[in-house]
Amino acid sequence: MAPDTLAAPPPAHDTATTPPGPAISLVDVVKDYGGDRKGAANGAAVRGVDLDIGEGEFFSLLGPSGCGKTTTLRMIAGFEEPTGGRILLHGRDMVGVPPDQRDVNLVFQSYALFPHLSVADNVAFGLRRHRVPKGEIHDRVDRMLHTVELADKADRRPRQLSGGQQQRVALARALVNRPRALLLDEPLGALDLKLRQSMQLELKRIQREVGITFVYVTHDQAEALTMSDRIAVMNGGLVEQVGPPREVYERPATAFVAGFIGTSNVLSGRLADSGTGSGAEAGARTGVLDLGDGQQVVLPLPEGAAAGSPVEVTVRPEKITLGAAPPTGRVSRIRGTVEEVVYLGTSSSYAVRTATGTELTVFQPNDGTAALTPGRGDTVWLTWATAHSYPLAPAPAPAPAPGPDAPAPR
Amino acid sequence: MTTTATPSRTVRRRRAVRRGSGLRLWTWLVIGWLLLPIAVMILFGFNDTSGKVNFTWQGFTLTWYEHLFAIPNLTDALLNSLGIGLVVAVVATLLGTPIGMALGRYRFRGRGSVDLLLFAAIAAPEIALGAALLSLFIILGVPRGYGTVVVAHVAFCIPYVAITVRARMAGYDPTLEEAARDLGAGPWTAFRLVTLPMLLPGVVSGALLCFALSVDDYVITSFNAGRTVTFPLWVYSAARTGVPPQVNVMGTLIFAAGLLVAGANVLLARRRAG
Repeated sequence: MAPDTLAAPPPAHDTATTPPGPAISLVDVVKDYGGDRKGAANGAAVRGVDLDIGEGEFFSLLGPSGCGKTTTLRMIAGFEEPTGGRILLHGRDMVGVPPDQRDVNLVFQSYALFPHLSVADNVAFGLRRHRVPKGEIHDRVDRMLHTVELADKADRRPRQLSGGQQQRVALARALVNRPRALLLDEPLGALDLKLRQSMQLELKRIQREVGITFVYVTHDQAEALTMSDRIAVMNGGLVEQVGPPREVYERPATAFVAGFIGTSNVLSGRLADSGTGSGAEAGARTGVLDLGDGQQVVLPLPEGAAAGSPVEVTVRPEKITLGAAPPTGRVSRIRGTVEEVVYLGTSSSYAVRTATGTELTVFQPNDGTAALTPGRGDTVWLTWATAHSYPLAPAPAPAPAPGPDAPAPR
Repeated sequence: MTTTATPSRTVRRRRAVRRGSGLRLWTWLVIGWLLLPIAVMILFGFNDTSGKVNFTWQGFTLTWYEHLFAIPNLTDALLNSLGIGLVVAVVATLLGTPIGMALGRYRFRGRGSVDLLLFAAIAAPEIALGAALLSLFIILGVPRGYGTVVVAHVAFCIPYVAITVRARMAGYDPTLEEAARDLGAGPWTAFRLVTLPMLLPGVVSGALLCFALSVDDYVITSFNAGRTVTFPLWVYSAARTGVPPQVNVMGTLIFAAGLLVAGANVLLARRRAG
């Protein structure tokens, strides 16, 4: 990488010459460790990932441990070579390019600060490697340390700092190079809750200030929802859904996404014969799951769903209202018995066992607007608006041995 | 100390001291055992003895420090030993460090065998090694002397370097090197600027150990030295007629220098740890 790309201000000027394509593109990326790694499904850590990450976007890779998110990040950074597919940084294929020649920087989960160097020397490390003039190094390090509010700690050794301060040094050390994209591998994982929450806001502020693309790996769904412009939910080496936080939360595409992000209720059944018709929303076709005994779930009809086909529907706990009497009309209604009531301060959580045996969670605000505040053992009717029923796509089949060209579900 | 402490803390400290006093005595006994020979060596370097017999205390003098190089053969032998020690330390460190790094960082086929080999080389009886090397040199027709001593010393020093470096490598976080690569350092620069400084205390310990072992070695050297005389060879041959006090003085100075360098290395390691 030429030193001048580093010294240049963030890539705004670039858009003048090239159309504003994605900052990072992953095209059918596969990473197979072969027989080396035990346990990983089908031997492959990443089984065909397609992603387009936009310029200046705060993009999160979210998933449980072992889902391939860190491997994906390390492939973008250049520490792992994909066994298939392509990784493009600003349109340039990066496969085979060593990490020191990629214009991205990684913030390590363990921070990986150099213990034998002072804070200032840690931050200056990247600039020195790119032969930035001495005076400029001094200025940029100084300014960066001010940004992360550590200017008074410049001469300290990393070990003399607290965890939160070390975290900010790691961030400064990466950001001072003005990379085209900053990659963060669970950077807040080692901090306690309070500090983590304040660092989330801090990271968001810094990202807005510098305008650099952030690719953020986390297993913490709340963190991903708080910070991201878009989230890719990963599971078993595949991306299950990509979208803005609200979309991923409110319209989960698969049962896995529904279960992984927030608390979710999943109901399953078959589409009723007479179940199609137009619902409350003008023009939207709706279907009905008949649960018997006057109970039903009304849902927006999934594409190509025929009567009698099995359907899974999810509904978020805070969208459900509790009532004493069955609501009438073409709305979802399920009867159940309250098994547990948990007071959570701003809201209360109810665990309701339905007549069909499913346990559903319901959140009601404690602001006095709740129609009914039942106690344990009470029989209640659950209802929610049709728009809040989300039919789930069937989970991607755990194919026995997908080749490198296994399709990634969108 | 006790004046600033609260009464209860003082009492507690006294009790702790009393409880630990047996252990303390034991510790000092062991330390005494370790230091006694060295103390005698240092002391008899100041002995105002006449001639070659240096077994009874005759009074304090600095004359042996003044006339340190009064015995030309002894001086030559010392210079030989120091020279060989330096060369051996450098060569064995260069050869042993990569072995230690590989053992500390990677898992590879033959790792266990290399491990075993290192310990075998340390455990092998010196006298057998020396004799075997001598026959090897004779078979190959290599004239014995300075060079063969260096080769022999390097051979038995490599495992010590490899083992000290490996111990250091075990505590090294390999993501540090990745971080350096990520920040734009090539593989060699990352090693030079990050890995090597972190390993340095181990490397220095290994080099010091080599130097000490080489300067000290009698058994293997005696087989392979040819006409070259090293410090231990000279002292051993002199012992039959009596060891001059200059030997004690030289021993004291080598010991003091070693102590200084080892102390500096500990300080260096502390500084690097931050």
